Amino acid sequence: MSQSYNRGLIEDFSRWREFEAGMWAWIFHKFTGWVLIGYLFTHIAVLSTGIPAAGASEAALMAGEDVYTQTIVTLEGLLLVRILEVGLLAVAVFHMLNGTRLLLVDLGVGLEAQDKSFYASLILTGAITVASVPTFIAGAF
Amino acid sequence: MSTQLPKQTEESSETETETEPAVASKGDDRRAEKRRRADEKRRQRQAEEAEKAAADEETVELKVFRYDPEVEGKQEPRFDTFHVPFTKGMTVLDALMYSRDTYDSSLTFRHSCRQAICGSDAMFVNGGQKLACKTQISDLDQPIRVEPLPHADVTKDLVVDLEHFYDQMEAVEPYFQTNDLPDGELEEQRQTRENREKVKMSTRCIWCSACMSSCNIAAGDNEYLGPAAINKAYRFAMDEREGEDIKQKRLEIIEQEHGVWRCQTQFSCTEVCPKDIPLTEHIQELKREAVKNNLKFW
Repeated sequence: MSQSYNRGLIEDFSRWREFEAGMWAWIFHKFTGWVLIGYLFTHIAVLSTGIPAAGASEAALMAGEDVYTQTIVTLEGLLLVRILEVGLLAVAVFHMLNGTRLLLVDLGVGLEAQDKSFYASLILTGAITVASVPTFIAGAF
Repeated sequence: MSTQLPKQTEESSETETETEPAVASKGDDRRAEKRRRADEKRRQRQAEEAEKAAADEETVELKVFRYDPEVEGKQEPRFDTFHVPFTKGMTVLDALMYSRDTYDSSLTFRHSCRQAICGSDAMFVNGGQKLACKTQISDLDQPIRVEPLPHADVTKDLVVDLEHFYDQMEAVEPYFQTNDLPDGELEEQRQTRENREKVKMSTRCIWCSACMSSCNIAAGDNEYLGPAAINKAYRFAMDEREGEDIKQKRLEIIEQEHGVWRCQTQFSCTEVCPKDIPLTEHIQELKREAVKNNLKFW
């Protein structure tokens, strides 16, 4: 069903404007999924610094001078990282909530309310993210 | 009501009475006739426009997608604007028909029954797949933009090639099959009321292709059966009169790689369906049927 000619931006824009709740949910779910996969790799990279750190001397560990502690401390000292953590929480919470919604959809539960459940997961994500800000940003400024 | 019929007959009768008997050579006569007709038409149209402006009638602005691969000047897709006098209860199809009859007879679109039964006039109206005959002008923001269905080859103007869609529909064998026939030759094949209720919504499909056009997955995967075809499969797979082995055969068709599992529950099809068929629900139910069919606890 490819197009015989390029209808250009006209088509893309009009379709963009007309996205319905279910389509937005799908897009956000895909997006957050990819973000989480990306995070998984950085997560593994950061945690892997624990391997050389395990060989460090007792004294270095107690003093917090091993590579693992240093890495964490440096990262947490960056304002950007603090802000990204809030974003990560938002992404993860939305992915969880919408994932639950999709589970219900797969079970055929509340298909008529699928748009409402999407909006609900958006609002809940927003609320949880806002509530998390003090914890993540504390002492960053 | 919808085609401005009275005005049309008036016009045609006018032209008929004014035709004169031929005197000069045939070609000259024909050419003169043609010119006179064109003149007359133009004058008529201008008069109409002037009249409209004088009466300050409420008009609808229609931006219609135009494309004709056979005419050199029209190969580049463009939008034509038509101003159509608004009448109460006017649908997009009415406006299109008025535009075609009044302004440009080359404007091409499919339509037949005008009452949302034949499924010929699914179009992309103001950024959504709609049945033109079922869409009230008064419900739309102006100017109204009318385009052919996305994700399909455009043949001309608003006409798209639906061959692929029909192929997908055929692929699920959309007809009643059974192995257990009733005894008497003229015996009716009865269905329980509950079972009829179950398949009721799915029988309403009019093959308009709006769902297929709205489906993001179908757009990227030509082999995907698409919402309409899966809904057809649902209609028969859920029909208890077909019997177990036929149902098995149907499930084998829909649980293929490009069958139900391609659906990612975006609900686009359910949103656009002009007959309000809960397509996603049916697809999801078939997914569960397919799982149940393959899960074995022993």
